[in-house]
Parts: sequence; structure tokens; C-alpha cells
Amino acid sequence: MTVSPKILIYGYGNPGRQDDGLGISVVERIEKWIKKHNLDIVKTDCNYQLNIEDAADIADKELVIFVDASKEDINDFVMTTVEPSNKIQFTSHSVTPSYLLNLCNVIYNKSPDVYLLHIRGYEWEFLGTMTEEARRNLDKSYNFLKKFIMNSILKT
Amino acid sequence: MGQKITIDPVTRVEGHGKVTILLDNEGNIEQTRLHIVEFRGFERFIQGRPYWEAPVLVQRLCGICPVSHHLAAAKAMDVIVGAGTGAGLTPTGEKMRRLMHYGQIFQSHSLHFFHLASPDLLFGIEGDPLKRNIIGVIFENKELAVQGVMMRKYGQEVIRATAGKKIHGTGAIPGGINKHLTVEDKEYLLNGLDPTMNIHKMIDWSLAALDFFHDYHAKNRELIDDFSVFSSSSLSIVRKDGAMDLYHGVLRAVNSEGKKILHDVDYQDYDRYIDEEVKTWSYMKFPYLKEIGKKNGWYTVGPLARMNTAEFIDTPLAQKEFEKFKAYTKGKPNNMSMHMHWARLIEILHCAEMIKILLNDPDVLEGELVKKGQKQLEGVGVVEAPRGTLFHHYRINENDQIVMANLIVSTTNNNQPMNEAVNYVANKVMKGKSQITEGMMNAVEVAIRAYDPCLSCATHALGQMPLEISLYDAKDKLIDLKRSF
Repeated sequence: MTVSPKILIYGYGNPGRQDDGLGISVVERIEKWIKKHNLDIVKTDCNYQLNIEDAADIADKELVIFVDASKEDINDFVMTTVEPSNKIQFTSHSVTPSYLLNLCNVIYNKSPDVYLLHIRGYEWEFLGTMTEEARRNLDKSYNFLKKFIMNSILKT
Repeated sequence: MGQKITIDPVTRVEGHGKVTILLDNEGNIEQTRLHIVEFRGFERFIQGRPYWEAPVLVQRLCGICPVSHHLAAAKAMDVIVGAGTGAGLTPTGEKMRRLMHYGQIFQSHSLHFFHLASPDLLFGIEGDPLKRNIIGVIFENKELAVQGVMMRKYGQEVIRATAGKKIHGTGAIPGGINKHLTVEDKEYLLNGLDPTMNIHKMIDWSLAALDFFHDYHAKNRELIDDFSVFSSSSLSIVRKDGAMDLYHGVLRAVNSEGKKILHDVDYQDYDRYIDEEVKTWSYMKFPYLKEIGKKNGWYTVGPLARMNTAEFIDTPLAQKEFEKFKAYTKGKPNNMSMHMHWARLIEILHCAEMIKILLNDPDVLEGELVKKGQKQLEGVGVVEAPRGTLFHHYRINENDQIVMANLIVSTTNNNQPMNEAVNYVANKVMKGKSQITEGMMNAVEVAIRAYDPCLSCATHALGQMPLEISLYDAKDKLIDLKRSF
């Protein structure tokens, strides 16, 4: 029997811009882990940026975790709860998780639990290789995310 | 007191842009400039890499239109592997790539119209900035907003079915394509699993969007016709018989009177006809037609330009709209910037019609995927990206490594037209004013947004700079600063 995924892990960023690819790299690892353990309840997705059509994809999920690189002053990674926001975006060729959640609420009348995993990055030049510090943060956040997903599955 | 107004960065366009408007002591516009903070280094990044990697690597150049770069690079590599260009590929290779391309333009234009432009149309340029976004559109016209989301999603599904993953898409390869369309994807895209996700609905909604525009235009003729109007030449590729062709053709340019000034030339020779001027105040170059010169040789690319260069569109519904569009200016080139939205909607309809035709074509399901021939050391690939003509030019060495890459992206082609638009609008709304309102600021941005510029900033990590507006006096002293978080 096919299980309809209830959890979405969504990484975004540009792997061609050094540490900006952190979100993608974590989710690619998570994807392999999910396959290995046959966790059909979890779906993964990746893109360069979030956009409005992603509101449709999160509408039928119970839990959504976005994963992105961060320039914020954090040690390695931090997970925050995403609240809906209708604030005007800096650009609209891409949107934020808060904006997407608001769109999902307003269009589909759905409110999945949404989190954002911020992973500290350091360099953003046009290179395909990450910094050593970012790799360390990738490992730490990957291990954290696996545990978080397992705990979430156990609760459902 | 003279003032220098800085809008930094421009909201609702990609990347970082900064507008400076210098007023003299009488409040007249002394100078306007659109500065682009464009990252450089791609040409260096790709040097030394094997040529067959280029179609995948270049997608990282831009998170907004990776498919356009993917296809332009693949077309250049077609030349390098001796497969010729465009129609030189196998029917399956060309048709699958076209399907991918129409999907890309369909979703990109849908995003622009429904998400970026419709807030300005629905709420007005002086409207409440907190409402001028898609959430505001939903409360005002939910059907329109939802259609925009679903059209965007449909286009993305076409790309998934033809190019593969959103990141690292590998559909187009030198000399062709790496897969057929599956029967399941054909059925899904044609008739859909969901009543809102099929090509028939996409055509209906494309027509409905045009109806929305016509209705709006009838009620707001002054805004749409007079907001930003200036003479410009237009450039694009067109099919050899003069039809609009977004994927392949010859280079054509017409002047503001409709006279051909670039006569259907082979784009392999683009650098014989086009050069780029460097200006000290902008990172972005200013392309121009060599024969006409730096001062007057600039041109516009994109949807409006394509309507001006093409003689017809060979899908019936889009052709009917094209005839209306041409009749509006009595067959002359259209230089009204806000008509870019009309042109964009015609292209959305054309893409939907083309997607339907291609989904019903047996060649996408079977047939030879790749063609190869005598290897060459140089190749140029050109496509009409959503924002306009996109050039990719590469040279390789005997070891198959890329030794030179030159790209002229659509937004660079539109550099001077965007500066002209800023100047026109600033003169109209800011001349003689002592106070700069939010509406005036937005008017300048609306003029730029009409070109849907993609300012080459594919990185977007959390913690980026917010919108910042700074106001300077004539001595460059900061006298006001606004920041939007």
C-alpha cells in the first residue's frame, strides 16, 4: 500500500555558490537516509529558491521543515518555528517560508506545522565547494534533523 | 536644496538594484541611473571544465531561469559536437527541448504577471504598500491569485517531466536530450490527475488572464498607455519565415519605426553585430548594435520586443491576440512599457498552445535522442528566455576543456531601456516635487519591474539586506533613510 507523505523536508539554495548549497546538501543526505529506512511518510524536495507554487505542496502536509543556509550570527545551526507573514518581500522571484505559510493559509485554509532549519554558512562565491566550517555544520545539522524526523514520526 | 534619492535595492525584482535620482536646486531631474550590483566570475568558474558539463553548471548562474541557461548552453554545445543548431537535432531532441522551454516561459511569465505585476494593477501605483503583494491580490481577487499559483505549478511540472530534478536538471545534453517523455507524464500534463492541472485549463486561464488585462486596460488607459513610453529598437530571434520563435531562429532587430536594422542574421556571428559598452557607474554592461553605434544602437529585448520583431505567431489563439496587439499601434512597433504585460500574456497563451501541440506529438515519446557530427572548437547558443534574448558563447581546446565563455543575459540587453524607463518616469512623477512619496518610489520600480529584470543574484541566504531607501542632498549628505524589514 502506498503511504501518502505527511512530512516534507525542503532544502533550498544554490550549490554553485559555496555554502549557499547547505540546505540542498542536508536534504540530499536525508533523502538517502529515508530511502534506506523506507520512511515513505517523509518526502523531500529541493530547489534554488522557494516560490509561490510551493504553497500547494505544503498544503497537504502535517509537518514541513525548510532547510537553508544562513548568514546570521549563530554557532552552527538553529531550528525555529515559522509563523505566517504577509510582509512585502525583498524580492518576489523568491519567497520566504513565512510568506509561503501565509499563502497556504489564505489559499488552501491549511496550517501545517512549519519549521526552518538555519545552518550557518560563511562563504558565498561562485564555487562548487563548501568551506570546512560549513561542512562541520552540515554534519551536525544532519544528525539533528534525523533525530527530529524520527521523533516526529513516532508522535504521528 | 538639491537632492539625490536612492532606492536600494529595488523591491520585487531579483537581486540587488539601486536607483539614484539626482534633483537640481529647482527640483528638476538632473540625472537618473539604475545601478546593478551584478556578481561576476562565472566565466572564470567554468574555464577548464569539460564542455559537456556546461549545460548543468550554468543552471547555477540563476535560480530564477536555470532552464534558459541550460538550453542556451546546450545549444552552444550542439555546435561544438557537430550537431548543428536548432532544426539540426533529431525531432525528439528538438521537441523535448522546446517542451521544456515553453514550460519555463509559461511558469516564469505567470509568476511575473500574477505575483509581481497584478498587485500594482489591482491596487494602483499609489496603493497601500502592505497590500501590494499576492496576499493582497488573494483578498481582492482570489480566483486570479490561485490561477497564478496553479499556472506556475503546471509550468514547473512540465520542466520536471522534461529536465528532471529542479536542482541539477540534466534533460538537454550536447547534441540532444537524455530522455523521452513518459506516457504517464504525457497523460498527467494533458489531462491531469486534478481537474485544475491540465493543459486545457491552462489555456482557459491564459485566455482569462488576457480578458482581465483587457478589462483593466479599458478602465485604466492612461496608466497602461502613457506610464512609460520612449522610442526604442527591438531585438530577438525569429523563425526564418518571420514567425515568433522562442527557441530557435535568426537574429532580427527593428527600429522604432519598424524598419529592419539587423537583417535575420545567423546568431553564430552575433559578435560581428553586437558589442557591449562598459560604464564606470554600473557593473552591468550596455550592449549595442555596432553598425548604429554606442549612442543610438541600444535595443530592447523581451516580450514587447518579440511582438515588434515577429510578423506572426503560428498558434491560432495567440495569433488572434497578436493581431489585436498589432492593430492597437496600427502595425507600428509598440514602445509602451506597460504593454509588456499584454505581450507577456500573449506569450503565456502561445506557450500553452505549444505545450498542447507537443504533448500530442508522438516524437516526444519515441525516436532518436542525440545527434553528433564533426567536433568544433567554438559554439554559440541563443534562446529567447522569458526576459529576452540570451547569448551563450564558448570556446574549447583540444582536450575538450572550456577556455572561453561569454554570456549576454537578457537583463543586460535591457540595461539601457530600463535606464530610459527610470528617466521617463522620474521626469513624470518627481519633477518639481519637494517630497518623495512611497507612490513615487513605487512608480520608478514599476517601470523597472515591467522588464522583469533578473539581477543575477541566485544566492539568497537568510539574513540578507532588507529594502533600504536613502535620501541625500546635493552634497551627498544623507538626510533621510527608510528601511523595510
